[in-house]
Amino acid sequence: MLVIEDLQVELAGQTILNHIDLEIKPGETHVLFGPNGSGKTTLLMTIMGYPQYHVKKGKIFFKGKDITNMPIHERAELGIGMSYQRPPTIHGVKTRQLVQICAKRKQGVEELARRVNFEDFLDRDVNDGFSGGEIKRSELLQLMAQDPDLMLFDEPESGVDMENIALVGKTIAMLLQKDLEEREGNNRPKMQKKLERTKMGLIITHTGYILDYIAADKGQVLYEGYLSCVSNPREILNCISKSGYKECVRCIIGQNS
Amino acid sequence: MHYRAELLEKAKRAINKKAALGPDVDLQEFEKAGVAHKELTDQDLLRLPEEEKKQLIMSGLDPTEEQRSGTFFQMDTKTVYCDVKQKGVEVIPIRVALQEYEWVKDYYWKLVSVDVDKYTASVELNLHDGYVIRALPGTRSVYPIQACLYLGKEGLQQNVHNIIIAEEGSELHIINGCTTSPHLKRGAHLGVTEYYVKKNAKLTFTMIHNWAEDMVVRPRSVARVEEGGLFLNNYICMKPVKSVQMYPTTQLVGENAVARLYSIIVGSPGSEHDVGGRVYLKKPGCRAEIVSRTISNGGKIIARGHLIGEVPEIKAHLECKGLILKGGVIHAIPELEGHAEGVEMSHEAAVGKIAQEQITYLMSRGLSEEQATSTIVRGFLSVDMPGLPYQLKAEIDKAIEASDKDMM
Repeated sequence: MLVIEDLQVELAGQTILNHIDLEIKPGETHVLFGPNGSGKTTLLMTIMGYPQYHVKKGKIFFKGKDITNMPIHERAELGIGMSYQRPPTIHGVKTRQLVQICAKRKQGVEELARRVNFEDFLDRDVNDGFSGGEIKRSELLQLMAQDPDLMLFDEPESGVDMENIALVGKTIAMLLQKDLEEREGNNRPKMQKKLERTKMGLIITHTGYILDYIAADKGQVLYEGYLSCVSNPREILNCISKSGYKECVRCIIGQNS
Repeated sequence: MHYRAELLEKAKRAINKKAALGPDVDLQEFEKAGVAHKELTDQDLLRLPEEEKKQLIMSGLDPTEEQRSGTFFQMDTKTVYCDVKQKGVEVIPIRVALQEYEWVKDYYWKLVSVDVDKYTASVELNLHDGYVIRALPGTRSVYPIQACLYLGKEGLQQNVHNIIIAEEGSELHIINGCTTSPHLKRGAHLGVTEYYVKKNAKLTFTMIHNWAEDMVVRPRSVARVEEGGLFLNNYICMKPVKSVQMYPTTQLVGENAVARLYSIIVGSPGSEHDVGGRVYLKKPGCRAEIVSRTISNGGKIIARGHLIGEVPEIKAHLECKGLILKGGVIHAIPELEGHAEGVEMSHEAAVGKIAQEQITYLMSRGLSEEQATSTIVRGFLSVDMPGLPYQLKAEIDKAIEASDKDMM
């Protein structure tokens, strides 16, 4: 379980996030909406542990441990993983090597790569000249190898063409065990299958396309550093596309006052 | 031997001539007299003390001679082992070659002038040894030839002259290691090398420097590449050394001749490297590429590169990239010189640090900060050297691997 309590975060001396409370239970996937610059990526980077995001107040707990001041790689070992929107290029380091690092072993990389149609990229330098879709597939491949319990997705559908969006969507669903019902050999009742799910997800999306593939449990809106009430992600998306983020802001203000 | 007398005369006149670049070295501080060593057999090679063997292996000389076409091994002033396993490839100590083969004089001091500076002059005046390696026309060396120039005597100035000839249509790969005894502190190595790559021949020459902290090193070399020839030159120096200065020149004299020069240098505290490459592109269709990767851990590195395009329809690129990890200086000096319309020349130079963003990215995949840094640095140094036989690639990877611990 991920628990965030009254979190305040600064980046380069500016307060980006305020009074953030968030709880993601095992098996749950949350969707995060919000306009550009509202602090969505900041929230993900803070959970992952990027040191430039200073936690000024509040705490983050994961699996019962206070991870507020834990270094990034220890959080990764504890089971937090992230799919980045614009990951850096690393010259001379092959994608294969990075996937092996994620998996902590050398075998099985080809098989994993096949699942996201990425075998041909394994011997390319990490993110070097990758298109938007290729970056996303590379990120998902790394997450597949890493197999974390909490996965943070920063706009997984941005820059992905219509053909690949299904692949990306289905892969995320698989990572988050949203496809348990469809997996072969599982004949237990549907509600019980839901309980078997342990993976947690937090997904930033602008378009909501990803919701066609993943049944998200909860949706929230981040606006000017504040997090709105929890609601059904579809309803939030409808509200935003009909009346814009402004309407959601009213909702937040209504709550906080 | 009239020509030798002339060369000696010329050398004498240049004995005090300072080099154009690099700190001046007082050669009088070093001994030049011959050092006695007995000749070795292949079995003796295997029986060398472990720590000595380790030094050899680190500089690319495999004492088992597996996957090697031949071996040349010079200790101090004397060739102690010289063996060739492949037909069509000749490996001859240069003193023997000068006495026994008339053709050698057509190559001896024909590319490098004996009076370039006091270092070339000193090599001629006190020539110890060196090798002539030659691939006969059409011969393809299956495995690389390994050569090692080893310095064991404290305070010695080792003078070496090498000639490498890849005859028409031949293919030759050489690993040349230069190293010292693990106990040696102070010494000098002066090495003249002349490379001849004839029509449609291919020569790969990988030089691994594995020196001691108080060594001064002054290689002087020129390569001449004829029509359709390919010269691949790799240089690796990752161990401390007091001072290395070299600026090897390659002349592309025939149409479609190609030169690729790659160097990997790690500068430790107290070390000074002034290293570069210069390529003249003299005929249409010539191509050249100079790539250097330098890391400073507190040393001083001057990374030079100079491309001279003399005719149209040539293509050349220069890339100098440096990382300053633990202080020190990296000075990149890329030069492009076009002398005709239609030359296509470019360069890319960068000196900086590892991007924090790359470190944190790898950390979020489970690596510690040190592991992430080391992965990125190794990536930075692992330059793709096209056309390298895998044995050479393995040697280079080994050198990077071994020095990884020293760097961090």
